[in-house]
Amino acid sequence: MSDLAVRRVRLVISHVALYLVAAAFLTPLVYMLATSLKPADEVFQSPPSLFGSLIRWENYSETFEFLPFGKFVLNGLAVAICGTIVVLVASAMSAYAFSRLRWRGRDGFFLVFLATLMIPQEVLVVPMFMLMRWFGWVDSFQALIFPWAFTAFGTFMLRQFFLTIPEEISEGARIDGAGSVRVFTSIMLPLIRPALAVLAVFTFINYWNSFMWPLIIINTVDEKATVPLGLSLFVGQQGTQWNLIMAASVISMAPTAALLILLQKHLIRGIATSGLGGR
Amino acid sequence: MSDDAIGRPAAVAGRRRPSRLRRDGRAAAFFAAPSMIGLTLFTLFPIVLSLVMAFFQWPAVGERTFAGVENFTTLFTDPVFRRALLNTLLFVVLYLPLNLVVSVGLAVWMGPRIKGRKALRVVFFLPVVTPMVANAIVWRMIYQPNGLIDGSLYAATGTHAPNFLGEPGWAMFAVVAMSVWQGFGYNMLVFSAALDAIPRHLLEAAQIDGAGPWRQFFRIMLPMISPALFFASTMTLITSFQVFTQPFLMTGGGPGMDTETLMMFVFDKGFSIYQYGLASAGAWILFVLILGVTAVQFVGQRRWVTYDV
Repeated sequence: MSDLAVRRVRLVISHVALYLVAAAFLTPLVYMLATSLKPADEVFQSPPSLFGSLIRWENYSETFEFLPFGKFVLNGLAVAICGTIVVLVASAMSAYAFSRLRWRGRDGFFLVFLATLMIPQEVLVVPMFMLMRWFGWVDSFQALIFPWAFTAFGTFMLRQFFLTIPEEISEGARIDGAGSVRVFTSIMLPLIRPALAVLAVFTFINYWNSFMWPLIIINTVDEKATVPLGLSLFVGQQGTQWNLIMAASVISMAPTAALLILLQKHLIRGIATSGLGGR
Repeated sequence: MSDDAIGRPAAVAGRRRPSRLRRDGRAAAFFAAPSMIGLTLFTLFPIVLSLVMAFFQWPAVGERTFAGVENFTTLFTDPVFRRALLNTLLFVVLYLPLNLVVSVGLAVWMGPRIKGRKALRVVFFLPVVTPMVANAIVWRMIYQPNGLIDGSLYAATGTHAPNFLGEPGWAMFAVVAMSVWQGFGYNMLVFSAALDAIPRHLLEAAQIDGAGPWRQFFRIMLPMISPALFFASTMTLITSFQVFTQPFLMTGGGPGMDTETLMMFVFDKGFSIYQYGLASAGAWILFVLILGVTAVQFVGQRRWVTYDV
């Protein structure tokens, strides 16, 4: 065989093996989906099968009756959307102040911002809980939204993007008489729209997926749980209904999976340029 | 500042325009305020509070008393805490290298000649954006007796698989394997981007000079992506020390205390038995540990990270 042919064969083998790895990798999620459509008594049938004796779409509607899962979804969406808005507004404003405005102490303050990036959120949960008690925010939606909205990450990332905008653009507008608020809203923000979108998506995902903090701060779970917390309740229920849990799990991953698939290009570029994202 | 805030007209006719620094200063106070206030309230203040709490007996109700270093000595003599500390270190030592090897390996494998690499990236990234709770629950089903692994093995060979989450020798490895599956996609994307940024001519020149794939990997690719490797390993290190959700939902820390981690310990002390002082002291030990290891990373990087090529 010629050298070229050998390389061809190698490339084909490489493709096939890689696709097999990817398929094996997806097995847990396929298993999740398959189980979510099975009758309850066939979940642990041996040998494991992809399909049960029938496809049971009712599992999905029963999920919403078994626990107030519909409420959890709405809570999760509300918290994630509000949180995302707070993060975007606060980060964009301070990123502008730290990049395009000149003021005394700017770089010093920015260093403090950066230093807080090093502090793992988890170290703060105990004092944060105390703070929530003092605020009277225990078991409230505010407590799910605000405490983690002011991390330096968004500021840091958006600042990097503001810095790429030529100073002449904002300066030109100022000479034409636009105030800094005008410059910010009608010139700077539109220019960093892609970065804002990436930050928004990752922030939404973080809020949507967050588990430990809701577990700590939410007491009236039936009323105020978000999706992961609600999902964890299913497991504790007596006579665990695995097919319903899996249906709920599929629902829980639907919004984030949809965002990933729709916006893959932007998200992947976002990670590549800023190392931003979840874990 | 206070006069300005009540709104002196900025440009009264005939007066000089305020200087750039002063004009911007007022705007900056407005623009930076939300983040500054939020960060002070929700990050800086809790850090200080946490440090204070660590030196107090701080029950949920009742008297708070200064305890000096008592919380810390209590912790270091507590067998549960020591076990959690060891477990956490074991998790990090297993998880970090596995995560890096898998993510670098796949990133290299998915080179520009692979068709469908965009779709593959999405596939490997999917569990990263999926709620950890959903991932942990489905893996519990995979691991448990009669679950996917045991069921398949029994159907194929007639022997049962170990009870991965219930047997002492297995539980930690099961948690690590699930965590790697869940988390490596993120680092893989970081490395993939770094690899794509290597100038093509470097690899082509090496090929012409007769360097095989392994040589190309160790001599060119690895040094070229070393900054990404440093970034990714540091971030992964920091987050893996805080491992919580996976063991919490898959094993509950068991069997025995085999998968009890530091973060679970802090959670338990803080929110099951309400010993906030003890919980804060535990959190600070975790924090100092993370800082120490990160510092070692930063010092060590000079030996292996190449920034200028």
